Amino acid sequence: MTVSDTATSDNPHQPGTDDPLVVLDHVDKHFGDLHVLRDINVSIRRGEVVVVIGPSGSGKSTLCRTINRLETIDGGTISLNGVPLPEEGKELAALRAEVGMVFQSFNLFAHKTILENVTLGLTKVRKTPKKSADEAAMRQLKRVGVAEQAGKYPAQLSGGQQQRVAIARALAMEPQLMLFDEPTSALDPEMIKEVLDVMVGLAKPEQGEPMTMVVVTHEMGFARTAADRVLFMADGQIVEENTPEEFFTNPRSDRAKDFLGKILKH
Amino acid sequence: MELVLSNFDLYLSAFRLTIGLFLVSAVGSLLLGTLLAAMRVGPIAFMSKAATVYITVVRNTPLLIIFVFVIIGLPKLGILFRSVEELGISSFFFRACLALTLYTSTFVAEAIRSGINAVPLGQAEAARAIGLTFGGTMTQVVLPQAFRATVPPLASVFIALLKNTSVAYAFGILEATARMKYFTNISGNDLPIFLIFAAGYVVLVEIISFGANRLERRWRVAR
Ligand SMILES: Nc1ncnc2c1ncn2[C@@H]1O[C@H](COP(=O)(O)OP(=O)(O)OP(=O)(O)O)[C@@H](O)[C@H]1O
Ligand SMILES: [Mg+2]
Repeated sequence: MTVSDTATSDNPHQPGTDDPLVVLDHVDKHFGDLHVLRDINVSIRRGEVVVVIGPSGSGKSTLCRTINRLETIDGGTISLNGVPLPEEGKELAALRAEVGMVFQSFNLFAHKTILENVTLGLTKVRKTPKKSADEAAMRQLKRVGVAEQAGKYPAQLSGGQQQRVAIARALAMEPQLMLFDEPTSALDPEMIKEVLDVMVGLAKPEQGEPMTMVVVTHEMGFARTAADRVLFMADGQIVEENTPEEFFTNPRSDRAKDFLGKILKH
Repeated sequence: MELVLSNFDLYLSAFRLTIGLFLVSAVGSLLLGTLLAAMRVGPIAFMSKAATVYITVVRNTPLLIIFVFVIIGLPKLGILFRSVEELGISSFFFRACLALTLYTSTFVAEAIRSGINAVPLGQAEAARAIGLTFGGTMTQVVLPQAFRATVPPLASVFIALLKNTSVAYAFGILEATARMKYFTNISGNDLPIFLIFAAGYVVLVEIISFGANRLERRWRVAR
């Protein structure tokens, strides 16, 4: 190992150091004629929690999905740990294992039990032996509070429980980064809190490192408690970028004022 | 009638051959059909195109023409399947299975593709998001769910395959329909012979339907 290697690997998880985990550099994306991402430049530090907020159709989901390349981009670069995302194939799959994703509609594997949902990535991608995969999966299910449901099928669980299993499924891979695309907007109100509590636990753990997270959500409570930064998107652009406190109490752009006025009314 | 009963071993061996043609071709077309369906929905454009062309051409060609191609055409092109004969398998039987497989696999592929389309897109996205490759996504997540949705149409495809085995009779393979023809030729009384052979087919079709129903019910309970 060379001297410079030692220097850069010093304290790799320290948040606040200028050591970005994810960098989006002049990212552009079209759907046909529609320009959905316009010159997006974002850098996310390790341990940072970034909330993305904005009107419907502004490109929040698309932004989130380009980070693990579920959507390809037309221009610019996205890199993780300084390495540009691979194009296709095995390397891309390996990269996705490092990036957890939680969807609005949970997307648990319908034909597999809760436990199998969580172990699948471990056994098939990480090649973990079944016994230790089961143990690791049970630890994650306990962490999100659904361990008793391990033998059931997804359809037998409530929405809140399913979403917590989806979080456990992503966590089991021990990802470097977690993406959440409106994780609570398909949930009944009484279940939103149980999911947000799990997410706050990841962002502000009582022990251990905070998880690096990109969260598309309109939950202002979550943004205020857990986020380090809010990105406000409109028409495919990042219009405003600030701390949650500043953004919610003192938005600068007219778009943001207008948007907050609408969501605060109900 | 008596003619068949007194030669019941001929009746049974004819149906054994029908079942043999059916089983070998069913397995073959399930494998080839799944592969074609996977190619068709897969990310590689030229593979998808190739599968589409194959399915369109073969599915729209009468089975008899495919038999003619495999049994008469291929040997003329110098493809003789000698290695199969060395294994002690009749090359006629092998070629009949090949023709049936090439034909039936296109119907299997279409049934599976419609099954794949019935699986919500989010399932494949979640599979890719945890790092499964295209192959892993298909075999672990998409196909197991697609097969469930595919049981009823696949049962129809396999019932058609069972009946299509009778085309082999035109090429000198003594399966059930050929044997029926043989009996009706030497007896004057066709109807009872026809009925007893039809009964044989009905029994086999019922077995396929029964199996499909069982599978469907089991998979419904399991989720
Ligand atoms: N696969 C697609 N093909 C074509 N257009 C798409 C596709 N996905 C999204 N779009 C369009 O791109 C734009 C941005 O979509 P996106 O889903 O990123 O918005 P969003 O900010 O997440 O909105 P919402 O709050 O409704 O989820 C929208 O106009 C949408 O209709
Ligand atoms: Mg969205």
